[in-house]
Amino acid sequence: MASYTAPLRDMRFLLNEFVDPERLRALPGCAEIGPDLVDPILDQAATLCSEVLFPINRSGDEEGCTLANGTVSTPAGFKEAWAQFRDGGWPSLACDPEYGGQGIPKSVGLLIEEMICSANMSFGMYPGLSHGAYSALLKHGTDELRATYLEKLVSGEWMGTMCLTEPQCGTDLGLIRTRAIPAEDGSFRITGNKIFISAGEHDLSENILHLVLAKLPDAPPGTRGISLFLVPKFLPTPDGRPGARNGVTCTGLEHKMGIKASATCALAFEDAQGWLVGRPHKGLSAMFTMMNEARLSVGVQGLGLAEVSYQNAVAYARERLQGRALNGSANTDKPADPILVHPDVRRMLLTMRAEIEGCRALAMWVSLEQDIATLHPDAATREAADDLVQLMTPIIKAYLTDVGWEATAMGMQVLGGHGYIRDWGMEQFVRDARIAQIYEGTNGIQALDLVGRKMGAHTGRYLRRFFHPVLAYIEAKSENEPLGEFILPLSKAFGRLQQATAELARRGFSDPFEAGAGASDYLKLFGLTALAYVWTRMAEIALQKPDDDFYRAKLATARFFMARILPRSTGHAAAVMAGGATLRAMEDAMF
Amino acid sequence: MRHSPGVAAPPQQDTAQAMKLLVPVKRVVDYNVKVRVKADGTGVETANVKMSMNPFDEIAVEEAVRLKEKGAATEIIAVSIGPAAAAEQIRTALAMGADRGILVEVEGAVEPLAVAKLLKAIIMKEEPGLIILGKQAIDDDMNATGQMLAALMGWGQGTFASKVELAADSVTVTREVDGGLETVKLTLPAIVTADLRLNEPRYASLPNIMKARKKPIENLKPADLGVDASPRLTTLKVEEPPKRQAGRKVGSVAELVDKLRNEAKVI
Repeated sequence: MASYTAPLRDMRFLLNEFVDPERLRALPGCAEIGPDLVDPILDQAATLCSEVLFPINRSGDEEGCTLANGTVSTPAGFKEAWAQFRDGGWPSLACDPEYGGQGIPKSVGLLIEEMICSANMSFGMYPGLSHGAYSALLKHGTDELRATYLEKLVSGEWMGTMCLTEPQCGTDLGLIRTRAIPAEDGSFRITGNKIFISAGEHDLSENILHLVLAKLPDAPPGTRGISLFLVPKFLPTPDGRPGARNGVTCTGLEHKMGIKASATCALAFEDAQGWLVGRPHKGLSAMFTMMNEARLSVGVQGLGLAEVSYQNAVAYARERLQGRALNGSANTDKPADPILVHPDVRRMLLTMRAEIEGCRALAMWVSLEQDIATLHPDAATREAADDLVQLMTPIIKAYLTDVGWEATAMGMQVLGGHGYIRDWGMEQFVRDARIAQIYEGTNGIQALDLVGRKMGAHTGRYLRRFFHPVLAYIEAKSENEPLGEFILPLSKAFGRLQQATAELARRGFSDPFEAGAGASDYLKLFGLTALAYVWTRMAEIALQKPDDDFYRAKLATARFFMARILPRSTGHAAAVMAGGATLRAMEDAMF
Repeated sequence: MRHSPGVAAPPQQDTAQAMKLLVPVKRVVDYNVKVRVKADGTGVETANVKMSMNPFDEIAVEEAVRLKEKGAATEIIAVSIGPAAAAEQIRTALAMGADRGILVEVEGAVEPLAVAKLLKAIIMKEEPGLIILGKQAIDDDMNATGQMLAALMGWGQGTFASKVELAADSVTVTREVDGGLETVKLTLPAIVTADLRLNEPRYASLPNIMKARKKPIENLKPADLGVDASPRLTTLKVEEPPKRQAGRKVGSVAELVDKLRNEAKVI
């Protein structure tokens, strides 16, 4: 049986040493964010994840959700676990104190999101979607809507969804057909069909608030004509209880590869009463303001699954006795050596670990910038932070979810046949990880976002927010001898990234196909360079503490990353430089 | 039912309306951690190891909080004796529902007798009606502090409690003993030590964790309480128990008896 223990030591390292905790504490409302507040929160969240959420992870996968008479039942134990999570106040963690939230910054909240995804990604979908609905209402809802609904979402009493996809439109939301007709009382009547709606219907809460993209009668065509509406499952009574049933029903439940305990619903809206959120026809931009946050969270789902897979692969590699060490055995009293001695098993475990710890550091850095972009009093500081978040969001989403898939597959590989059968729980991590590369904008879309929107934005201003500090760091540390073994490969990868950026920009400017052709490899190259940067900075800290096992392991992992993972950047750079000619050469009919 | 009369004069208690509970909590290596012995044999590895509240103490805190929620007690004081970092365990107790904390800062090993003496000094100051401790700490498994404290105070003790019922001037404790369950009635003030089945401790809620930071913790040194906490015992050597040998199959009962008699020498 698998197990999970939250990587609290590494999380505290990132919060207290890797990022400058004073930058967080300087933000309004964050003065008290320090170890004495955050440690007990992380501790309790970790316990809850290990003892309440993880034990129903596999049973939830086996049982899945069921739909009968329009009602969805979550697997055994989910209602009780949600009640415990809700009564513990956890939905309120990163919410505004004005609506009953605890006002904990996103950078801390993201660590807890990682734990939840490690312990039970399906479970995490429900509060995740609710938080998305909360953010949309907080930023774009009218005072009246906020007063009616926000406290309910923050307390977890009611939950939320995001309804974008329709049968004929996934990535291209301009094709939306759901209609919203104005009613006399200022509300709207919504009619249409939505699919792939996570948490669209379930038995965890007494009411569900759907945020629905639809078109008004006078909507301009395409994505410029989409509006956002709030459609509750039950219309609230004046005293804030669920009242009359609204015209929204669950017509189907998807059968999926993974996250089976997360209810993925088809919803039919029939003359359902809804209220406009934000301005008419500006629904997509309202959605996009919280897309960065959601994409960071999805990246962290990949990270969380990679972590739990790593932990169980290591435990197995220590216990499983097979074969003898190639250089002679140290366990002659046993019939064989633990597989941890074998170089290829070590390669797999170290690959997982180097990617995981690097990605966690990268996510921590960017989420701190996101807190600064949201909270800092100075507009220029906010802008600089937001630029970096804009740039790094597609990289985090795509790179971390690719790591989720690759690392969980590697964790399964460590267990061999025992990883492939269900008993050990390793194959579930692989299946659960797969969706994160697909939803919230496929990873291909993320690469296009990076190359098409972010690279050229404000004549490269976003790019400079990454390139300048990294270059300054490389120059500042060029004389630092002990750090040289990290600075050298970092600066080479950085050089390749600069060269690929210039080339892709040059070609893409005259021919967009070229930009698209290089996008995915460019994103990988960018991700690897960003990881090389965070690994060098972590190594710099670790070099100061040579006697402590935690830092010795950090250093060993940093060296592995530089020697065995970063060289992949060469291949991705070469693929970018090769351009799109070979993608064009194959005629459509030949496929 | 047995009745344990108090020997020391009970502190002034008005009524149950002013019932103070004292709960000592110990900082120990977390129960999930696989403990490793230090290479030099001086103790177990605690660097980079997750530390938590002793699980039996968590049960004691939970019981105190339930008594307060029932209206049987008015204030809960969590006490920890140990390093400065033991304030974390006091905060945990405060997040579960204790009202304030006292930290007696002692570096290095603290033995049960020193802990009992320090607790006695705190009791004389705070005059609680009931002390609830964990029956033992999972680090050294001494199972001594509660009993020593009862002896020092001359108060009744209800150890290994699986049920606690608090009345105005007495407490009825169901004890888990070898032969089954034994029920004792103690005159207050009294000492109770919590066993595993007394209750299932709650998870502290997020708002209560946040509020716990605002609750006061008083910092003391043993000297402030007039107690010499220096160890009376010397640890000579710490080593891991011998590794379990693989089992063997025997062919017959006769062979088994032979091996038990001549190899294992147990019969």
